[in-house]
Amino acid sequence: MLESLVYVLTNFPLLLKGVWIAVLITVCSMLLGMVLGIAVAFLRIYGKKPVRKAVSVYEWIFRGLPQLVMLFIVYFGLPELGLNLGPFLSVVLALGLCSSAYQAQIYRGAILSIGSEQMEAGLSLGMTKTQTLFHIILPQAVRLSLPGFTNEFTIVLKDSPLAYAVGITEILKYGRDLIVTSFRPFEIYLACALIYFVLFQLFFYLFKYVAGRYTVPGFLINE
Amino acid sequence: MKFFAALVDYLPAFGHGLWLTVALTFIAAAIGFIASIPLVLAILYGRKAWKLLAKGFITLVRGTPLLVQLFFIYYGLPALGLRINPFVAALIGFILNSAAYQAEYLKGGFLAITTEQMEAAYSIGLTKWQAVRFIIFPQAFRFAIPALSNEIIYLVKYTSVAYIIQVPELLSQAKFFASDTFFHLETYLLIGAVYLALIWIVSKLTDALEKKLYIPGFDISHLR
Repeated sequence: MLESLVYVLTNFPLLLKGVWIAVLITVCSMLLGMVLGIAVAFLRIYGKKPVRKAVSVYEWIFRGLPQLVMLFIVYFGLPELGLNLGPFLSVVLALGLCSSAYQAQIYRGAILSIGSEQMEAGLSLGMTKTQTLFHIILPQAVRLSLPGFTNEFTIVLKDSPLAYAVGITEILKYGRDLIVTSFRPFEIYLACALIYFVLFQLFFYLFKYVAGRYTVPGFLINE
Repeated sequence: MKFFAALVDYLPAFGHGLWLTVALTFIAAAIGFIASIPLVLAILYGRKAWKLLAKGFITLVRGTPLLVQLFFIYYGLPALGLRINPFVAALIGFILNSAAYQAEYLKGGFLAITTEQMEAAYSIGLTKWQAVRFIIFPQAFRFAIPALSNEIIYLVKYTSVAYIIQVPELLSQAKFFASDTFFHLETYLLIGAVYLALIWIVSKLTDALEKKLYIPGFDISHLR
């Protein structure tokens, strides 16, 4: 027992090396998902009818495809079309595309819950449409979408170990390397789980703190 | 065309994979649902120790990646002398997850029902257990159906992760096939379509269930 603990503790720095790549995958995928998600949300709300239809099909497909299947399409499939992205970019693209469909729903909900009257009010004050969007609608929409965004971030963080399947050296792979030499799978995988758990809690409370920092007193949102 | 010609020989393998995927999903969803009920009851009505235990379980399961859990169960537990095959390992992992997530959704359903109903039940002489069984649960379950159906859809998607611990499910069969025949893109697109079809079927089934359990006049939309 004590021996195991000492072993895990002495090798902990090696496992922690994987944290960086896990966080990098998560942040890059979330950013890609955010850019695509916002675009999709806007098209779904303000687009013409055929565009709205096309975008809702996009959402349905990318929400329905398993992340791992998406990863295999990108990593093994796209090279057949001459597009060889390599493992890291493939993971980011796959997780980002899947996340974009979920994020689109979060942003759409946030934008829709700010009534259209506010746009009219902005216009009647002499602001342009873009000004109203950036100064009135978006500051509220961002705050409204934070809880959903936090949730989605933790989901992508928990999907990031799928990178293991295309040979990226992240936390699990470092763990696996340790097991090959020591044969202590129980302790090592427990330590991996612990690292992810701490990461999960860390980001969860970080976003909670950010959300708390940017609350506007008196600006109550009925959920 | 060559792709489909090659596919014919592998159809039984794909059928077996599909069967395993469906079996994993439904067994995990069913046992997970049954296990989620005591979890919810412990959180909402249990003594402090049970409440903490149930909450701790849910936080742990929801706070760690599925793949890490599967590695822990499949590679970690045998070190303690508990040897299990990949399918059982995956099933254990999925049941734990589905119980934790379904408990969370079911809790939402329970919380949507006002406390007066509990008091009303007490006042007509029902015990706590009877009140939960006959008054609260039937409503809470109906509330929770949309969220629970989402959870089953998640399960269908995440059964593919079992591929990494060598469960010969749908994605594994696709991987074998693609490595043998080099039709990577076609294979994974086809498999993606199969997963989408599965999800479509699940959502139709849960819609039907919701309709079947619908009680005319018991409209809950105004409570949300």
